[in-house]
Amino acid sequence: MPAYEELKAQADARWDELTGGAAAWIRVGSAMCAQAVGAFDVRDRLADEIAARGADANLDEVGCLGICYAEPLVDVVAPGKWGGSRLFFGGVSPDDAPAILDAALTGELPPSGGPQPLGYLGDTAIDGVPNLADLPGIRMQQRIALRNAGHTAPSDILQYIANGGYAGLHKALFELQPDEVIKEVTDSGLRGRGGAAFPTGVKWSFMTRSSPPKYILCNCEEGDPGAYNDKGILESDPYTLLEGMCIAGYATGATNGFVFVRHGHDGPISRAERAIEQAYEYGLLGKNILNSDFDFDIEVALTGESYVAGEETALMEAIEGHRSQPRFRPPFPAAFGVWGKPSTINNVKSLSYAPEIIAKGAEWFSSIGVNRSSGTAIVCLNGKVNYPGLYEVPMGLTLGQVVNDIGGGVVGGKRLKMLQTGGPLGGVLGADSLGVHIDFDEMREAGAIFGSGGVIVIDEDTCAVDITRNLVAFTQYESCGKCFPCRLGMEQLLEVVDRVVKFDSRAGDLDLMRSIGRTMEAGSLCGHGQLGFGPIRSALQHFEDDFLAHIERRECPTGGCLRPAISPNNTRPYAMDAPAPQRAQSARPAAAAAAGGGV
Amino acid sequence: MTDESAALRERITAAIKAQTKTNVNVLSSLHAVLDEIGYIPDAAIEEVADFTDTTINEVWGVASFYTNFRFTPPGDNIVEICWGPTCHLLGAPDILRAALDALGLEDEGETADNAVSLKYNTCLGACSQAPVMMVNHRLAGRVTAESALRRIADARSGGNSGGGH
Repeated sequence: MPAYEELKAQADARWDELTGGAAAWIRVGSAMCAQAVGAFDVRDRLADEIAARGADANLDEVGCLGICYAEPLVDVVAPGKWGGSRLFFGGVSPDDAPAILDAALTGELPPSGGPQPLGYLGDTAIDGVPNLADLPGIRMQQRIALRNAGHTAPSDILQYIANGGYAGLHKALFELQPDEVIKEVTDSGLRGRGGAAFPTGVKWSFMTRSSPPKYILCNCEEGDPGAYNDKGILESDPYTLLEGMCIAGYATGATNGFVFVRHGHDGPISRAERAIEQAYEYGLLGKNILNSDFDFDIEVALTGESYVAGEETALMEAIEGHRSQPRFRPPFPAAFGVWGKPSTINNVKSLSYAPEIIAKGAEWFSSIGVNRSSGTAIVCLNGKVNYPGLYEVPMGLTLGQVVNDIGGGVVGGKRLKMLQTGGPLGGVLGADSLGVHIDFDEMREAGAIFGSGGVIVIDEDTCAVDITRNLVAFTQYESCGKCFPCRLGMEQLLEVVDRVVKFDSRAGDLDLMRSIGRTMEAGSLCGHGQLGFGPIRSALQHFEDDFLAHIERRECPTGGCLRPAISPNNTRPYAMDAPAPQRAQSARPAAAAAAGGGV
Repeated sequence: MTDESAALRERITAAIKAQTKTNVNVLSSLHAVLDEIGYIPDAAIEEVADFTDTTINEVWGVASFYTNFRFTPPGDNIVEICWGPTCHLLGAPDILRAALDALGLEDEGETADNAVSLKYNTCLGACSQAPVMMVNHRLAGRVTAESALRRIADARSGGNSGGGH
């Protein structure tokens, strides 16, 4: 096994060659945000063009720089020009490929009429080109978990190592005892980024006294509509996650890890698989990692489509190959986890911070952020906002800074109506919430949660009842069906919200919803049902007038809810009644239109 | 057993046995079948039960739970349209309506000529480019009803269905 110093020297040589060698270096943003606007077509045209000319250029796919709205992004480093600074092009189309390759090979800006640069990044200014670092979406970011995203190739472990990768694990293995690693993470103030904000170091400490086999489970199920930061990390820099899992394994005495991703998310899955393969090749997984006596294995485990699979005990059921339905607790995972063995479940983001926390120290991390929310927030900003993106900012920024300064405000100069945060169960905040700081505790007090980091911007033209119906339909569709308060409660809630949307409500409907909500909160087995009433509760708190207009005056103040509401009407609970396969040609359960999600 | 069903069964068992992970179970085996065949035929339920040493009931329980499994062959092209809150806000209802009308469908499912399977998706993971759809595993963002129909038509005629505006 190569020692760390050996790997680092090899990695530095590779990096020097890429950044200062004779060949041009072209990087194409190709996370899901870029794929959705044609990045692969751009990449293919660039590759064709390089091959056709026999050009001396390296072409890499990289992850997300954060400014998704400017995708597809392509940047070039021209050999011997611009002092190594990177020239960026935004909104690139395949037809721009020849001109961009020209720029990369000659170090000359494209002539007018060709694609014009968006900006440059680097120490040397490029004449006539703005500094991208002045852009709020870049300047206001402070990237830790996403430090390499958009910069290094997620398929090249040497690029990761050259940029400080595995320094944290190296330090942990050779300078720190496992309990010192846990202390460092605890002292850093890192709280779980999956939604519950539980201190990560404390969670790890629950595992130390039990005996192996023990497991580190990384939760990348990320079913929250409006959130894509977990997949963003896997796609942009899977190595920081793998290193973080190794650190967690060393700290807790675990020997195996699983990265848990939803089947069908091809980009994150293939990049994680590739990274794992490379880590084994370089002795960074497997036996005697970095020549230490620490062994650790990681494998990707795929779940089917199920939102509840992201709940920690349901996740363990899915890893074992069962239905992803939550277990009763206690026993808790640290005592009785996957296959009945001690397990720790952490979100991708939480684990991805660990390498930098160990490398730079607890004090450094806890100096970022505010109050009991240290470090950064990885915000998935989307909806009716001018500059949607994936922004990693210090905790403590206000929502207004994120939405207006970084996001450029509401599309079309409309007024902000609400922010939907923390996933569909997180709740909504009113337009008066722009002064609220991104702080786990302050957001909770304001009536929503920061959760997994989704911030959906909703404008004045949107009907609060309509968007609530969408959130309730999602929650109902995703109820796993195991416990009846959630299974039946969500269905009833959707039925009532549907009535309200359709101006067909009955007397007492608001009280009925509140009563169902109380039952769900008290009686549901997991957070899905316990928080299932959340979207309605917080909508009623801020926008009761919208509901009353529908109920009492049979009108919608915005007109926004009159569009056809389409959502699936085959839900899991009905799948239980499905006929046995031998007897059914089409075994899909009969459509149960009880949800009334009519068109 | 007909030749056709024997061949299908053979593909199923080959896919199940080709799994290389250490963690092989009912769910991973069903995914192996889904990736190979595109749906879960009855024979796969039996073969997975046999391979994982469990019951048909257990396998059927898992397969019927996760919504990515289907039990009849899909259409030649798979079109997924997101209805998550961000896509909803930015126009998903119009896109869904247009797609359903153009395909002659009332709901998710296959067109009469089996050329297209339409599926609703809760989140395709590219919310910053909403509204989002996916045609034959390729994401497309900033979609309008018009561009969605064009993509679907392109796919039907065997054309490029890649990303882009």
